[in-house]
Amino acid sequence: MIEFTINGIDVSVEPGTTLLEAAQFLGVPIPTLCHMEGLTPYGACRLCVVEVGDPPNSRMVTSCTYPAEEGLKVRTASVRVLRARKMIVELLLASCPQSKTIQDIAAAMEVRQQRFRQENEDCILCGRCVRMCSEQMMAGAIGFTGRGQERSIGTPFDVSSEVCRLCGGCMYVCPVCELRCTYNEPEKAICGGCANLAPPCVEKPQYDDMMCYMQPCVACEIKKD
Amino acid sequence: MEQHSDVETTNPRDQIQSDICLTCKHLPGCVHRSKQTTSILFCDLYEEGVWSADLVVAIIDKHSNERGGLISILEAIQAKYGFLPESALRVVAQRTGRSLVDIYGVATFYSAFTLEPRGRHLCSVCMGTACHVRNAPAVSEEFQRQLGIHPGETTGDREFSLETVNCLGACALGPIVVVDGHYFPQVNTRQVGEIIDKTQVGLDFVEVATDQRVFPVEVFCARCNRSLMDAGHPIDGHPSVRVTISFGRKHGWLRLSSLYGSYTIEAEDEIPEDTVAQFFCPTCHAELAGATDCPICAAPMVPLIIRGGGMVQICSRRGCTSHLLDVSGLGA
Repeated sequence: MIEFTINGIDVSVEPGTTLLEAAQFLGVPIPTLCHMEGLTPYGACRLCVVEVGDPPNSRMVTSCTYPAEEGLKVRTASVRVLRARKMIVELLLASCPQSKTIQDIAAAMEVRQQRFRQENEDCILCGRCVRMCSEQMMAGAIGFTGRGQERSIGTPFDVSSEVCRLCGGCMYVCPVCELRCTYNEPEKAICGGCANLAPPCVEKPQYDDMMCYMQPCVACEIKKD
Repeated sequence: MEQHSDVETTNPRDQIQSDICLTCKHLPGCVHRSKQTTSILFCDLYEEGVWSADLVVAIIDKHSNERGGLISILEAIQAKYGFLPESALRVVAQRTGRSLVDIYGVATFYSAFTLEPRGRHLCSVCMGTACHVRNAPAVSEEFQRQLGIHPGETTGDREFSLETVNCLGACALGPIVVVDGHYFPQVNTRQVGEIIDKTQVGLDFVEVATDQRVFPVEVFCARCNRSLMDAGHPIDGHPSVRVTISFGRKHGWLRLSSLYGSYTIEAEDEIPEDTVAQFFCPTCHAELAGATDCPICAAPMVPLIIRGGGMVQICSRRGCTSHLLDVSGLGA
């Protein structure tokens, strides 16, 4: 067992436990965005930063990827941490202002104004969908392409992937696009994509028991009939 | 090139591998080496439908045991075809058991990889800060005008590709242009046509006597960092480079001309042609050995550190004139 402190409270956890898991076990709130239970920690959004060590030599680390260490002193709500988190939220909000998830996080942190130019991006590159696709859906159809400013999420060669089962898991976990299939209410449809797609579960019986996040979906309506 | 064929017929190791292409690093089945007349970046022009899946499979199997072998595989495929064909990437994905998107992600991440076909010659114009202030944009525009293409594009006859790079790390030589691994320092717009003409003739055939690139170098041992220069024994009017060599049962000193591009040597013992010798530092007696092999005769290359940064590598085979100059370590 590893003994360390979070905000002055003594904790003892199994080796390999991350700071975020320990904090959540104690009920210490740490906001997260790219973190998701069941997916490997990624440390992309930096929202879960905490301060470790004694000032002035303390460091800022992402709690979702940092394993607990013996004798570590962790502070999850110091002035420095809160200031860093607010800045991150402001930047996230500027890039994807339409996202309900980010708006909620911003509201909870009392970020009321936006100092940065609004970008209206449709992706914050949190990598949730990529990990969902490869780890939970065992497909590996989408991934990161390019580098720096050109970094984006896509399929190889920008053509529809043959390993994609159209399960919709990537849209389900996305904190930004929130592209739920709204075929039943076409007037509210965001993309209307599934009306034009041919979900494989209709034609291929082996996809019958496959986990699907496309609910409600045109394929289920077809099957019912 | 005469000597090149000489090596092939007399060395037993090369006789066995005579049908192996050295451009794509010892892959059996590639016979394009014999057809090769000029120095090119890759040996086989890719044509859709005429590419060989077996070759790609051979590349993958060669690197499959290495950790981080994917980049080596992609490098070898790019050395073969000059770019990464989609069909080859699909074979890589299938063969290595990784998802195609992983491989595509790596291929798009590194700027050294390209998914578009490239020409036989690659002109890289440095647009780093130091080159930029010394009028590199004008050089780039002159290349664009003379080749009729924009950076990132390839000419219609697939002879030239033009690219701009952000920094080659040789800022003191700026504005610098690199064509097929040959460095052209302090380029102005008038020299652009000359560089293109030279490239079409073949850069390896440029006469050493008239070549502006012959210059004295001062080299150091990579291990003990002591100078290898011997001022008391000049060759070609410049201090010679003194090393100890051993071959067979013989062991003695060797003095090399420090003029980059000159092949004059003096040795204690007569070294027979085609002998591959081991090179040692005369001060610390460490073997001067690197990780690379000669691109022409496959003997080990001997690395020597140049004063001011960079490295020159010379072939350890007597009679082989291969050398590589790497100034990538030349700090800003």
